[in-house]
Amino acid sequence: MTALRCTGLRRSFGALTAVDGVDLAVEAGARHALIGPNGAGKSTLFKLVTGTMRAHAGRVELAGRDVTRLSEVARCRLGMSQTMQHASLFPSMTAAETVALAVQRHSGERIALLPRRRPAVAERAGELLAEVGLGDRRDVRVPALSHGERKQLEVALALACRPSLLLLDEPAAGMSPAESARLVALLAGLPPEITVLFVEHDLDLVFSLADAVTVLHLGRVLLSGTPDEVRASEEVRQAYLGAGRREELFPT
Amino acid sequence: MLVSVLNGLAIGSLLFILAVGLSLVFGMMDVLNLAHGALFLGGAYLGATFSGSWGGFLAAFGIAAVGGLVAGALLSLMTAPLRRRSHLDQALLTLGVAFVVAELLIIAFGDDPLSAAAPPALDGSVTVLGAVYPTYRLVLIGVGAVLAVAVYLVVERTRVGALVRATVADREMVAAVGIDNRLVTTAVFAVGSLLATTAGVLGGPIYGARPGLDATVLILALVVVVIGGLGSVRGALVGALIIGQVDTLGRVLLPELASFVLFGALALVLVLRPQGLFGGPASVGAR
Amino acid sequence: MTAVDAPAVPGGTPAATPRAPRGRAGLLAVAVVLVLAAVPFFLAPFATTTLTRILVFALFAVSLDLLVGVTGLPSLGHAAYFGAGAYAAGWVSINVTAQAPVPLLVGAAVGAVAAALTGWITVRSAGVFFLMLTLAIGESVQQLANTWDSVTGGANGLTGVPSVRIAGEPLTNAGFVYWYVLAVFLLGFAIVWLVARSPFGAALRGIRDNEPRMRALGYPTALYKYGVFVLAGGVAGIAGSLLAAQARFVALSDLGFLTASFALLAVIIGGAGSLWGACLGAALVILIRDALGPSLDGHGTLVLGVVFVLVVYLLPRGAAGFRLPRRNRS
Repeated sequence: MTALRCTGLRRSFGALTAVDGVDLAVEAGARHALIGPNGAGKSTLFKLVTGTMRAHAGRVELAGRDVTRLSEVARCRLGMSQTMQHASLFPSMTAAETVALAVQRHSGERIALLPRRRPAVAERAGELLAEVGLGDRRDVRVPALSHGERKQLEVALALACRPSLLLLDEPAAGMSPAESARLVALLAGLPPEITVLFVEHDLDLVFSLADAVTVLHLGRVLLSGTPDEVRASEEVRQAYLGAGRREELFPT
Repeated sequence: MLVSVLNGLAIGSLLFILAVGLSLVFGMMDVLNLAHGALFLGGAYLGATFSGSWGGFLAAFGIAAVGGLVAGALLSLMTAPLRRRSHLDQALLTLGVAFVVAELLIIAFGDDPLSAAAPPALDGSVTVLGAVYPTYRLVLIGVGAVLAVAVYLVVERTRVGALVRATVADREMVAAVGIDNRLVTTAVFAVGSLLATTAGVLGGPIYGARPGLDATVLILALVVVVIGGLGSVRGALVGALIIGQVDTLGRVLLPELASFVLFGALALVLVLRPQGLFGGPASVGAR
Repeated sequence: MTAVDAPAVPGGTPAATPRAPRGRAGLLAVAVVLVLAAVPFFLAPFATTTLTRILVFALFAVSLDLLVGVTGLPSLGHAAYFGAGAYAAGWVSINVTAQAPVPLLVGAAVGAVAAALTGWITVRSAGVFFLMLTLAIGESVQQLANTWDSVTGGANGLTGVPSVRIAGEPLTNAGFVYWYVLAVFLLGFAIVWLVARSPFGAALRGIRDNEPRMRALGYPTALYKYGVFVLAGGVAGIAGSLLAAQARFVALSDLGFLTASFALLAVIIGGAGSLWGACLGAALVILIRDALGPSLDGHGTLVLGVVFVLVVYLLPRGAAGFRLPRRNRS
């Protein structure tokens, strides 16, 4: 079953076509990495998938359902959740309050207009924080968290949305090796009901976690396959080293 | 019908003079100068006080011009320490200044509305294509046109103008290149404020001077700036002409709801095309 | 855009979540309410009336704080709903009945409806653009009130509003009027406070802090903003009905730019987001304008303008900001 299928996605910014006819298929339960040199269009593609940005052409299907016309909010409700590359959080809140916001949205209950005790929400928030390694930082306000901790909080937020498809934008960027290792363990330990698609620059992390890799270059898919295939590919190497030219990489 | 169109052009002319400074300041510094309307009102009171003779008119004009320059420079200096904080704080600062200025004007000129007569020789009317039309308003249209050309030449053809355009397009890049903008931004603020006060003098025969006019005029200017696009001279001109017509027609057709038409126009533009007709993408969504 | 650093609220980083009044804070609140209730027994009628005016303006300021401080929507046009509620309550008192709670409910309804009509498109903008739109709304509603003089009395204002009646008896005594206003104020404040502390309120603060992130979490933020906009309009309308009951006169200026700006000033002075801070700010504004004003030749507004400028420079968090750090540094 395909958790996510993109067909012919295109998005331009004036004269620059950042994503140029991308096809992408992510199998259910996969740990799928999206890599590519700078300027490849990874961030733009990521935003087209999450719905933050409108595609100029193409389709996005989530578990077989066409979500191309749906907003980011609607896609999240359907099971897509994301972390953001620059940890994008709530400066006036503690870690626990931040996660509680996500939990309360996806708890199935209506958001109440009057204060009420919701031990279930607080408990779940605590669980998620413990899972990502922030168990003892629950009552710390976001501005006081370190960069690595904020990235961990991002993951907790994304998990709180009960996703079927988890999208991570450079989740390990700026993390120490110990933190990265913990992140890999966390992601590897996620149940198979959650499909993971992540954009990453850290190739060691990619190859230790991913079971499928798509390489993007100049807005197009250069190669999609197993980590071994990608590692062995001459074209991919050339793309990263800059030795390949567009005509050589994408023969018409 | 022709009269209405000419009225629209006259108002549009006045609005251009008023709004171009606001637009450039907003585009260059992301500072929403809420005191702009109060500056106009200051000029209007000056014009009303000295109205009736050419000497008086020119005196009012001169005082307004100098006052505007000084006020603009002061405002620029006052908002400078807040540049690091949010644009909202800067806007609120100018709001406070607007109050102080408006109150000072009431202390100086009283609560009652004042009217201003056009200077002699311009206070008659002329026959245009069969319709009788006030001379002054035609002159106003002319003045606006001349000013538009002048501003265009400065912004498009001079080095200072190039610096202004560059700052509107990408402030950080200009700073990164090592150009010290402060003098230029202060100058733009000063000249923009000068235009506001002199617009007040010029607008005297049409709007008079009364408490509350500052808010009315500020909103008109804001709508023009948003529709035209922040930081764009061309946008200010096109926006002013459009709003001049819309406002004039609105007051004729729907007097009670004329302001709502403006609100509707502002809302539509902000939602559908926030950068306005000629604004660049950098100016969208100021927070 | 640096998501963590950009403050959406005037004056800097927003106040943290208002916590439950535990222990000392709770006792303080009860004590304040008791003192307020006892006021007519020890203050002269003039002072009582001033305090009444403060309570009216404070409720208005609290409704604005819900928008500005809690949700991050800086409105300069909120007086439109305050004034609309005042005019509606006044008109109903004159032409239909002055029996409580009718003018009150009418004021709330008109405020909410006016907010509903103008808010749908307005909440889709942000920051200074939102500011501009609300400015335009305020101006438009004021113009409408000016031209619709058969209902509003136009430039002369709505005069001859009868005293509010409780169970048939008109409240003519300054003390009774004060208690009526105090009771409604406490009710209105309670509503806003409860909403701010609810899960909905938490979502509003999330929107204030980082709206794009909230959308990514699945919150339909435009709907939330619209909801709070209408609620704030309704509470402002309630405050407006109190104005009509207290002053028994509604003027065009009550809808205008100046009133809206003073309310914003009150919110900022008190520290946006804390709600009770807005009440303190309102007290300061009214005291300067009404009590100090006469001794300054009626130019209290000038002083307020200067205070405004100073506040923007000097107090990034307002009076309420100084207390919070104790609990929140870990």
